[in-house]
Amino acid sequence: MPLLEVANLTTAFGTSRGEITAVEDVSFTLDEGEILGIVGESGSGKSVTALTIMGLLPQPPARIAGGSIRFAGDELTRLSDTRMQRIRGPGIAMVFQEPMTSLNPVFTIGEQVMETIRAHERLSQRALYARSLEMLEKVGIPSAARRMTDYPHQLSGGQRQRVMLAIALACRPRLLIADEPTTALDVTIQAQILDLMMDLRDEFGMAIIVITHNMGVVAETADRVLVMYAGRIVEEAPVAALFDHPLHPYTRGLLECVPSLDQDHERLVAIPGTLPDPARRPKGCRFTPRCRYAVPACTAGLPPLTDFDAGHAAACIRVAELT
Amino acid sequence: MTPLIEAAGLTKHFDVRAGGFLRRHSIPLRAVEDVALRINAGETLGLVGESGCGKSTLGRLLIRLIPATTGNIIFDGADITRLNPGELREKRRSMQIIFQDPFGALNPRMTVENIIAEPLLIHGARRNAETRQQVAAMLELVGLPARVRERFPHEFSGGQRQRIGIARALVLRPKFVVCDEPVSALDVSVQAQIVNLLQDLQGELGLTYLFIAHDLGVVKHISTRVAVMYLGKIVELADKATLYASPLHPYAQALIAAVPAAHPAQRSRGRRQRLAGDIPSALHPPSGCRFHTRCPHVMEICRTVEPRITEPAAGHAVACHLTG
Repeated sequence: MPLLEVANLTTAFGTSRGEITAVEDVSFTLDEGEILGIVGESGSGKSVTALTIMGLLPQPPARIAGGSIRFAGDELTRLSDTRMQRIRGPGIAMVFQEPMTSLNPVFTIGEQVMETIRAHERLSQRALYARSLEMLEKVGIPSAARRMTDYPHQLSGGQRQRVMLAIALACRPRLLIADEPTTALDVTIQAQILDLMMDLRDEFGMAIIVITHNMGVVAETADRVLVMYAGRIVEEAPVAALFDHPLHPYTRGLLECVPSLDQDHERLVAIPGTLPDPARRPKGCRFTPRCRYAVPACTAGLPPLTDFDAGHAAACIRVAELT
Repeated sequence: MTPLIEAAGLTKHFDVRAGGFLRRHSIPLRAVEDVALRINAGETLGLVGESGCGKSTLGRLLIRLIPATTGNIIFDGADITRLNPGELREKRRSMQIIFQDPFGALNPRMTVENIIAEPLLIHGARRNAETRQQVAAMLELVGLPARVRERFPHEFSGGQRQRIGIARALVLRPKFVVCDEPVSALDVSVQAQIVNLLQDLQGELGLTYLFIAHDLGVVKHISTRVAVMYLGKIVELADKATLYASPLHPYAQALIAAVPAAHPAQRSRGRRQRLAGDIPSALHPPSGCRFHTRCPHVMEICRTVEPRITEPAAGHAVACHLTG
């Protein structure tokens, strides 16, 4: 049985312009120890998917309009707030893009790590301290004992993201959701943090969902990948297959439009147009207005996510002709 | 190759207040330290480095948006660090900047037409048919329909706003444009549109760019030559093919090695050496070579003696004791 099973998940938000669906009919599974990459741009629904799983969306305005989220035998969409709180931490933990705003500026690093453990486990003050120090050392904070008494502003961005990881991992979660964990960091620091996440996966055996807009981060970390566009999954594949034979025109566009270090291009292959406004999404396949392969049939209805190879699915009616 | 800009000994210190109420004093933040740089007419010089390395400050210094602490900058034959305000204003027509954040750089209360026309009006144009004609021509040049003139910035997506920012920067027909992270705030599918636009405009208008970015892939794509900065210093500069294929400075090597793989088969974890530690503070830069606290090849001399810039091959400059 998979650790996480999301089926037909739809999350909607009430806005002044009516209800909009941020996530629509999203289904996927995740095994213990697996790293799943979710790639997409702004408005793709990747972060809302994560926050829905975590039960962190305020309802209202958000509303789970359909579907189910099964995590280790529990149906999360029907759990009470108190039960959900017990899942967050030892079950599922999350790290966010901006480590500065995710840490409380008026508490020391040590207090914040200890608080997380204290919320879930009954430990003596001494054991709490020891476990917190151990976590800070695990994530590679230099002179961790001294850092325990530092405040967040005394740390660099990379160190803060390490502290966030220490807090997230303090209760040994079975699933870690990392939402753009390295986007705010410099490239040399990004490489350190990605290595660290994979080391921690190897050591603790937890599953990880890495949410990113960066195909390079996916290439470096993921075992399997979901590509999202305008709230829906447009492609799902094992990581090598996605890079070797992308099926959906959007995935191909994403891979082509980023200049790589090992190739020289005269011109970049740009995807024309802009991302659709969620309140005014195009009819049928939502990528149609920007797709160079679009035909009139593309606007007829939403293309279903169809399997083309083992574990490799795409939501495009023209895949068979185009590949 | 004629140089359009030549800077020598360029240094910028910002005063930062420190100490308590009674012992208040200021210490210099050494944002840019003794930089020598030449940018040739018609080329794109890429400038890469991590946050806080001084790359944006250097860009602003070169067009005198901020005054240098010391050093001089010869732009198009004149030393712009010595010009009086009237002369400087005249020179400003030929030096413009495109900012990173298309959301913050445009006045939300001004229409697109006024945003683009403002530089013309500041430089003496009148609000007349000719000015409107110039605005219309700029809109067409950056790929926006003429009907957007009466709209306000909030009605546009990030990519479209960046097009407006580009139109505003180019309306005075400058020779030199500092592009300060012009695509890093945009969605990846839109970035390529703006990079292509900047390249097309360079060809059409004969522009010279300083292209500042932290994305090494984009810099490699657009640049003629690339400079690498670390803590206020240029540590290496070469034509792009040389710099990416055989970087000499250990920092440039680490920076390139840290770029995520383009394919999962090239995963770098465990295969490449990682830089340890963080970037030191520019308030207290390390002695000797500023990179010595993180350098995997550090030697005794690096801790005390600052390396001079040497040219191991023509056009390839590096500041490192290993090569010097």
